[in-house]
Amino acid sequence: MKRKELRVLTIIMVLSFVFMTVLNPRDFLRAGNFQGMAFQLPELGVLSLAMMIVMLTGGINLSIIATADLAGIVAAMILTIPKFGGVQAPGWLVMVALLGAIAAALLVGLLNGVLIAYIGVAPILTTLGTMTLVNGITIVLTKGYVISGFPPAVRFIGNGMLLGIPFPLLLFGMLAVIMAIFLNRTPTGFNIYMYGSNDVATHFYGGNNAGIILRTYLVSGLLSGFAALIMISRFNSAKAGYGASYLLVTILAAVLGGVSSEGGFGRVSGLILSLVTLQIISSGLNLLRVSSFMTIAIWGFVMILVMVVNYYSDKRRERLLRTQG
Amino acid sequence: MKRFMKTHEFHVLVVILILSAAITVVNPNFLTLENGFDLLKSYSFMGVLAIGILFVLISGGIDISFAATATVAEYVMAVVSIKLGGNMITSLLLATLVGLLLGAFNGFLISKFKIAPIITTIATMNFYYGILTVITGGKWIYALPEWFRAFADIRVFTLVSRAGTPYGLSVITLFWAVITVLAFFLLRYTILGRGIYAIGGDIGSAERVGFPVRRLQIFVYSFMGMMAGIAGVIQALLVQTVAPNSIVGKELDVIAAVVLGGASLSGGFGSVGGTLLGVFLIAVVKNGMTLVKIPAVWYDVFIGAVILISVGFTSWQGKKGYHQAVIDIEKEEAA
Repeated sequence: MKRKELRVLTIIMVLSFVFMTVLNPRDFLRAGNFQGMAFQLPELGVLSLAMMIVMLTGGINLSIIATADLAGIVAAMILTIPKFGGVQAPGWLVMVALLGAIAAALLVGLLNGVLIAYIGVAPILTTLGTMTLVNGITIVLTKGYVISGFPPAVRFIGNGMLLGIPFPLLLFGMLAVIMAIFLNRTPTGFNIYMYGSNDVATHFYGGNNAGIILRTYLVSGLLSGFAALIMISRFNSAKAGYGASYLLVTILAAVLGGVSSEGGFGRVSGLILSLVTLQIISSGLNLLRVSSFMTIAIWGFVMILVMVVNYYSDKRRERLLRTQG
Repeated sequence: MKRFMKTHEFHVLVVILILSAAITVVNPNFLTLENGFDLLKSYSFMGVLAIGILFVLISGGIDISFAATATVAEYVMAVVSIKLGGNMITSLLLATLVGLLLGAFNGFLISKFKIAPIITTIATMNFYYGILTVITGGKWIYALPEWFRAFADIRVFTLVSRAGTPYGLSVITLFWAVITVLAFFLLRYTILGRGIYAIGGDIGSAERVGFPVRRLQIFVYSFMGMMAGIAGVIQALLVQTVAPNSIVGKELDVIAAVVLGGASLSGGFGSVGGTLLGVFLIAVVKNGMTLVKIPAVWYDVFIGAVILISVGFTSWQGKKGYHQAVIDIEKEEAA
């Protein structure tokens, strides 16, 4: 993404902040509000990272929420094995549960990756299929019931504070930095952008296209697994169908942050700006007691608006270039 | 005939026949006219939407917003029919018009601002659905007019089952049938149909050959909108209640059915026959699971597996074909 777009995003973020402040200064500027935002943002943030990385290759991953649900349920089922008992679960069991969740998430990533990279199925179809399949498995596993009651160590992941900063925010920050380094400083990251810009060119300069795609979907699965840990910890429970409404919001966050749906362009910094903007809008509207459906409508409207503004600013720049040249 | 046996449609047909035979062995009720007519009625909703999304997919686009469009059209139709009255024709026209307008707006954004269709329609889906829910407060409508209720019970012809209950071909199925036939002729025998395949195959070439690309794009999304409007009426006829949240969420099912029927997500390919078979396949799997008494919690597992296996198989076939073609060329060069 170009500098210019980061600037546009920053302006939109500041404007939405000013707008919400003017509308409701007393509630919006309260410390509690910012703290609430800091606890809510990471969950969506980590899922958006999982969506973003596949969008960079020109793909899409509709199965991230289902994957996160499955990972969360696997962890919850291990944590609540009757013999060891939920809240009193010993430390080693917590480790096993966390690893189990990550393993389940990686397994779904592997299935997606193999189908897309080696069998050649379109990403939207593959992940639609795995979404349905994994959703089904979560329903079979839980029979629709909620699994709840985890030890304090697990609840800390989503609710704890470290050095005065919400722990999930720290976790998200860490993952975002790792992702940024991975995308910008490693050969795989470079190849992901290359593949998204032109997969034929990557193939002919000797890039291992199938390997790149496989790794992309594995990372996407892994991130969904981390999101799962934040999710079950915040609610202190796991259930089939948690977070279903997040799916399209992650795409919205990525697109608003400058990730091209055709692949090849987009930065983690842009995604973070867009996440903060979306959080400001939704928290601000929530304080104003605006219906959450109105928030959804406004998000849709903002998305269209940004695309239209980009279209006209690109056109203007083209015209400027032409008159100068 | 030999050529037909190599098509994707033929593979889907074989899968449907094998599944049907297996289900019939377990539960003979599957292969009865009564069950058949029943399926044709209850899958009219999906069938009509599938025809709409087929046009969009052939043109190289995608639409995620049609479930929201169908909901808006259904709701507007219900409110106006209750408040101002009317008849089946006016309510159908009204819903189609609402769908057309919302679809045309998608087409306008996509063709004018060159926004990726998936992004545009995700945005408009949120927009349409959000606004509708805010305005209606999420309220359900139960009291549809008497003439609306009566229409849903009309049968084209009536038979009587051995148990003495009447059944037959529902008038609702006719909507689906008429649209399917129209769509077939439109795609197969008109310049408009050629144009839709052309922009899906290669938009740049289509433009140079002289196809009006922008107008064709607006057409496919408007057409999708109209189908969504009609599907909204069908849904209301089927369940006789209008709920703002009953359709949204089904969009991916419909897209899956059409792609199972051989339409390509990258555009240029797809047929009305294949789309019908894709819908039948989903109908047979879902109905079969009920008749074979598979516990309901397993449904999604089966549907997901069917989607993955069939698209995986198709892609695998396609890949093999590609390699064969390469070898053929080498052979010719050697000779």
